[in-house]
Amino acid sequence: MTLKSILTATTAVSLIAVGSAAWADGHATHPVTGETLASDQSFTYRDLDESPSIDPGTAEDSAGGDILRDLFEGLMNQAPDGTLVPGVATSFASSDDGLVYTFTLRDNAKWSNGDTVTAGDFEYAWKRAASPELASPYSWFIELMSLENASEVIAGDVDPSELGVTAIDDTTLEVRLTQPLPYFAQMTTHFTTFPVHQATIEAHGDDWTKPGNMVSNGAYVLSEHVPQEKLVRVRNESYWDNDATIIDSVTSLIINDEAVALTRYLAGELDRTDVPAGQFPRLQAEYPEQAVSVPLACSYYYMFNLRDGAPEEIQDANVRKALSLAIDRDIITENVLAGGQESAYTFTHWATAGFETPNIPMASMTQEERNAMAKELMAEAGYADGGLEIDLVYNTSESHKSVAIAVSQMWKQTLGVETTLANQEWQTFLEARSNGDYEVARGGWCADYNEASTFLDLMDSGSGYNDSKYVNAEVDALLAEAKTADNPQPNYDRVEEFIAQDTPIIPIYHYASVKMFAEDLKGWPFDNFQQNWYSRQLYKVAE
Amino acid sequence: MLGYILRRLAIAIPVLLILVVLSFILMYTAPGGPFNSDRPLPPEVMANIEAKYGLDQPFWKQIATYVWNVTTQFDFGPSFQYKNRTVNDIIAQGFPVTLTYGFWSFVIAVTFGISLGVAAAIRQNTWLDYTAVGISIGAQVLPNFVMAPLLIMFFTLYLGWLPGGGWEGGQWNYVILPVTALATSYMASIARITRSSMLEVLNTNFIRTAQAKGLPKQQIIVRHAMKPTLMPVLSYLGPAFVGMITGSVLIDVFFSTGGIGQYFVNSAFNRDYSVIMGITILVGALTIMFNLVVDLLYAWIDPKIRY
Repeated sequence: MTLKSILTATTAVSLIAVGSAAWADGHATHPVTGETLASDQSFTYRDLDESPSIDPGTAEDSAGGDILRDLFEGLMNQAPDGTLVPGVATSFASSDDGLVYTFTLRDNAKWSNGDTVTAGDFEYAWKRAASPELASPYSWFIELMSLENASEVIAGDVDPSELGVTAIDDTTLEVRLTQPLPYFAQMTTHFTTFPVHQATIEAHGDDWTKPGNMVSNGAYVLSEHVPQEKLVRVRNESYWDNDATIIDSVTSLIINDEAVALTRYLAGELDRTDVPAGQFPRLQAEYPEQAVSVPLACSYYYMFNLRDGAPEEIQDANVRKALSLAIDRDIITENVLAGGQESAYTFTHWATAGFETPNIPMASMTQEERNAMAKELMAEAGYADGGLEIDLVYNTSESHKSVAIAVSQMWKQTLGVETTLANQEWQTFLEARSNGDYEVARGGWCADYNEASTFLDLMDSGSGYNDSKYVNAEVDALLAEAKTADNPQPNYDRVEEFIAQDTPIIPIYHYASVKMFAEDLKGWPFDNFQQNWYSRQLYKVAE
Repeated sequence: MLGYILRRLAIAIPVLLILVVLSFILMYTAPGGPFNSDRPLPPEVMANIEAKYGLDQPFWKQIATYVWNVTTQFDFGPSFQYKNRTVNDIIAQGFPVTLTYGFWSFVIAVTFGISLGVAAAIRQNTWLDYTAVGISIGAQVLPNFVMAPLLIMFFTLYLGWLPGGGWEGGQWNYVILPVTALATSYMASIARITRSSMLEVLNTNFIRTAQAKGLPKQQIIVRHAMKPTLMPVLSYLGPAFVGMITGSVLIDVFFSTGGIGQYFVNSAFNRDYSVIMGITILVGALTIMFNLVVDLLYAWIDPKIRY
């Protein structure tokens, strides 16, 4: 730790002390709920691992996203229920054809050094994120936003200055798209779209994200960062809505081991931690006010390899469907995982905004009916007496292993299928899967934005994430049409029906976020499906 | 003597070079790469990243550039995993942490290990011996991945005396648990080696002669038996010391110390090529150095080697 950062840390601590004293003296109450606030407004939580980056342009993981939503503020924010609310932008309008968005920015948004946040800061940030020079692994998000020239800029064919984003003046930002995206405004809550401070980056280069150097525009500023140990942020006095912020300091501690994290939570060192797999029922019984399970925007599935040259027996849709039918999802969600996950018969997570789970016949059958149907399908495929052998591969993890063992047992008991389980270390697994060197493989997918296409686009034959290599022209057409449809739901229903019928993948369960929350911590946005939280939404009540 | 040291140091250079080349080849033959994830990057994005990190160059050129940068500028390159950090940053931040808890673990393991071993040997087959052997076997069979969570549960959750993790710049209360967890199994090994070595020495002719001459027992142990007893202990201590100061992934994982040990394992999983190389070279150089130190200590203790 350098002298400077020690000084910063000490200053921060004394600032917090002063702040807390003020709270204690005034017996402050929450402006909306009227609850008495605790004198200590510090929030400490566990992160699994150090984030690869806390630069909005190059950040790539969701834990980094949590930190960045505190440090920076994008055009739009998410309310506790996940709906869009103004951020730096107060409003936006889109052209009739949906190809041009115009955002109007507030004039009182400030950087932590006092500078005004302008439309130019966004233009700079987006062009930087797409530039080949920065080589951000998340530059694909700019492509996903369908910004004009995004692919060309990333490929280096066009200069970043040609990207479809322009600051008309300090408070007006114009964005040009190549196709209308009904959920475009949603995407401006993502960290890749956050503004960055050009002068700071030019002055410090790669070191600009270090404490003391970083200038940010969110409700908090970075005060201390010890990689693999902790990251501390304290309130940003320059933030335009600082008066509404209650939590004074936020600390994320890196604790790799979830059992140790739970022990430290129980010892009072943490306000939030993850529940280790299988422990939710016990913790819920012991700490009913603290153990919480809410839907999380990810789906767990098995994929079949449908490439030419892949094992012959799984090219038969009847076999695939039978294998899907024979999996008793409820046993997996209730007995194996037991953390509030939901059995899945659709790929799209049931809680996705605007998505109504279509009526997939399999979902309303009993498991006996499913098993009977599975046996019939296997008989049709010529495996009436068993004899099918399947290789199932997953990445090394205790919970993936438990699910795989349960599934292989179900396949054996119901269909007489012999399954060979294999686990592979993560990188080896990814390579095998993308090279099509597998028969059945585990998959997991998390939403990039809260709309069904974030899941279903994987079924597009041209998708880079379609590891099954499922090709269905009708599905491609339905998905393309859904992009511009006023009501895409019928298209999504049809795609889900195709998934159930052709079974390129077997949806198994929809994730849940299973965590422990300290009883005095309030304001957690449990209704936010992507679990995108902002520390400034939180507060601690006096006990 | 000086010639010997210089010769050994000269041999270290080609050894390190071979280590670099071998690790480089092994690393590149492992499947996957630093930028693979469960959502594969579009080819144009991947191309930019590979160009930025020089991965688009031919293999021989990558390795030549690497060796050149390391030897001429001591530049181990940027981390592929952690975007705004270089390998030098990572080592500069993590190694002092590891060095601190490794050093204290070493001091404790040696002090208690040798005392326990000697005590057990000179009071062979008494309650003292049984207790010492019991403790050392207990500490040995309790691996530190069991020990660490138990320590945290006991001292943090039940007693509330010590923080359950973190480093805070090496404040004493943050150091105790990691040191205890790391020191125990080394202490147990040292105690066992010391005990059996001491027993062997006590049965040799020159000790019997000393006893026959009627020397006091204390003098026999300290002046005559101690030096030969320590020979096998020393050969264990060299690699053990390197093992301790280059850290333990388990200590870093359980106690969130931010030390270098975890990078050794994580960088391999993440295919963070530059970090793997940097830490391999660091550990390799330290191993060579401390093996030399051990050899010099040998010569100092045992005149048979010196002459």
